[in-house]
Amino acid sequence: MSANESTRLSGAKALIKSLEHEGVDTIFGYPGGQILPVYDELYDASIRHILVRHEQAAAHAADGYARATGRVGVCLATSGPGATNLVTGIATAYMDSVPVVAITGQVPTAMIGNDAFQEADITGITIPITKHNYLVKNANDLPRIVKESFFIASTGRPGPVLIDFPKDIQNTIFDYVYPDKVQLQSYKPTFSGHPLQIKKACALIEKAECPVLYVGGGAIAANASDEIRTLAETIMAPVTTTLMGKGAFPDDHPLALGMLGMHGTRFANYSIIDCDLLIAIGARFDDRVTGKLESFAPNAKVIHIDIDPAELGKNIKVDVPIVGDAKVILKKILATLKLKMPKSSEWLRKIEVWKKEYPLDYDQGGSELKPQYVIQCISQLVRDGIFVTEVGQAQMWSAHYLQCKKPRTFLSSGGLGTMGYGFPAAIGAKVGCPDKDVWDIAGDGSIQMNIQELATAMENDIKVNVAIINNMYLGMVRQWQELFFNRRYSYTNMKGQPNFVKVAEAYGAVGIEVTKKSEVKDAIKQAQKSDRVTFIDFKVTREENVFPMVPAGASISEFVEYDRRP
Amino acid sequence: MANGNGIDQTHTLSVLVANKPGVLTHVSGLFSRRGYNIDSLTVGVTENPEISRMTIVAHGDEHVIEQVTKQLNKLIDIIKVVEVTPKESVDRELALIKVTAKAQNRSEVIQIVDIFRAKIIDVSSESVVIEITGSGDKINALEEMMRPFGIKEMVRTGKVALVRGSRLTQHEK
Repeated sequence: MSANESTRLSGAKALIKSLEHEGVDTIFGYPGGQILPVYDELYDASIRHILVRHEQAAAHAADGYARATGRVGVCLATSGPGATNLVTGIATAYMDSVPVVAITGQVPTAMIGNDAFQEADITGITIPITKHNYLVKNANDLPRIVKESFFIASTGRPGPVLIDFPKDIQNTIFDYVYPDKVQLQSYKPTFSGHPLQIKKACALIEKAECPVLYVGGGAIAANASDEIRTLAETIMAPVTTTLMGKGAFPDDHPLALGMLGMHGTRFANYSIIDCDLLIAIGARFDDRVTGKLESFAPNAKVIHIDIDPAELGKNIKVDVPIVGDAKVILKKILATLKLKMPKSSEWLRKIEVWKKEYPLDYDQGGSELKPQYVIQCISQLVRDGIFVTEVGQAQMWSAHYLQCKKPRTFLSSGGLGTMGYGFPAAIGAKVGCPDKDVWDIAGDGSIQMNIQELATAMENDIKVNVAIINNMYLGMVRQWQELFFNRRYSYTNMKGQPNFVKVAEAYGAVGIEVTKKSEVKDAIKQAQKSDRVTFIDFKVTREENVFPMVPAGASISEFVEYDRRP
Repeated sequence: MANGNGIDQTHTLSVLVANKPGVLTHVSGLFSRRGYNIDSLTVGVTENPEISRMTIVAHGDEHVIEQVTKQLNKLIDIIKVVEVTPKESVDRELALIKVTAKAQNRSEVIQIVDIFRAKIIDVSSESVVIEITGSGDKINALEEMMRPFGIKEMVRTGKVALVRGSRLTQHEK
């Protein structure tokens, strides 16, 4: 069908047509009064609709779908409470720069502002957490708005866009024409990087003795993994990835340093302190990464590559800022670099010593079931998988012990730190990548924030596995209470946890309880063999802490002391 | 923070925006949520009916103003942001001041209004309304002079500014 062909359509039908034009194959949503005309069109549309059990899960599932596939995720909800339930999911996507288009029903235009039943000013509410949003006031604007929304969500620094769609406009019949291209005079992301800045960056790289690559989520958004690897190997620079950047560089590569920052490896943080050149790629110098700013990379020149000009110089002084797409810029840097001599191996030798002296490890605890061990086993047994995490201790242990070799295989709520993200995002990831072995690494606290999505997964045959690292605590908060609040465990002891095996079974899913170290691998294999959603309740030691750890606001070399060896 | 010189100064930003509903909310929301200080904001349509111009007076150090500019530029409906400096620009503000002026001191009020090249645009037996256009300082000065007579009510527009000479604020980012 030609894009310019005009047809008489209702607003609701036009929305579906427009989504089809954008190549949308799946929508995560939940119906309600003010979005009924759209749902009526969905009844016989070719687009797959996944009915969630809470709108928050629709937003997270769209987010997980987008992170796993690189395409725009779409979620749909009704007005008022449906729309406000999306808010946490939209904020999560915004903080982590994930392309999501959220569509909400709205009360008819004549009733807007009258406190109508199920009315909420969702465009007002989402201004601070969307890249842009629209209230459709005229059906004729709808095709353009949809086109612009997908364009804005997926280009530049990606992010969520919300379209609020009043019911009367959904019912308006108009001449539908889908635009060929977007005309936004005010939105033109810089893509290619300034040639002079690229030259300057190359000069710094050529001079550096102790370079480090600091890679964030932007590198994954830009699909720059190959270029990062080539650059690292060319200049023999070690690579540290942020939580969002995990997977952008293979964790098992000899130059990999793992994560940096508050729960970074000692060798990653020491490398930052001692490096003379820091090359930041799609990373934003978040406080969880930098700790005390004054002592972050104190001896280094800084090259910062980011598509969002507002990130350059926001938190730290940058010597060579380069605005643009990381992949394009790294290609240009690689083409420009003139390296006469291989870099000194002195620097890498120093790092090797740190790696030997301060490895990532934990007290194996004899026969006790340790959370880190569980995650190591999952890492070993899951080939071609996608790991999704909730938030807290299990998230950090996942960052430490899961070996991710490819981008888009580690999905986690990094910026907002949303408990309840993992399970619905895993559902979204599995829908987008049905051939992958998708695992949600959860805590017993987080999983209960969206546990109702068991119904969604079962009903739609979305085979995901959930590993509950169950210590019957809100573990990360308990850890802070242990370290900084004199072990006063104020409301973090969750004594009333349900029987997760029975919960899973109640939904028709498989539930497995694991209490012994010797049962771990079999349980994981059993989950993989089953064609049903599987919950594994790992009853781990209760008061395990996430180490290494740097207290909030301290220099990233000032680790909390702990007894590493028995 | 990172490279600000720490000197808190007043800056005037001339911002071209799409003339659409909601744009003002986007802009004012950005200021409040990022903790930037706004002194005044005026908005009105330009020679092109699809574009409005906002004049925003804000204060902060260089780093803050750089962030304000960058964050404003990220808003989809913002077309262009330029900082206008006092040297390169002309700016004006308008105020209406209602001053107590009875028969015995009305002539004194009128004299001061004349000195300031302001205008009296309404008069009653009890008071006059003065219109004054000029720099913020000039308006402040008149306000001070009128205070002893008794200011009943006052309204100020906030600053509007344009770059001097033939240079234009182009309609592009």
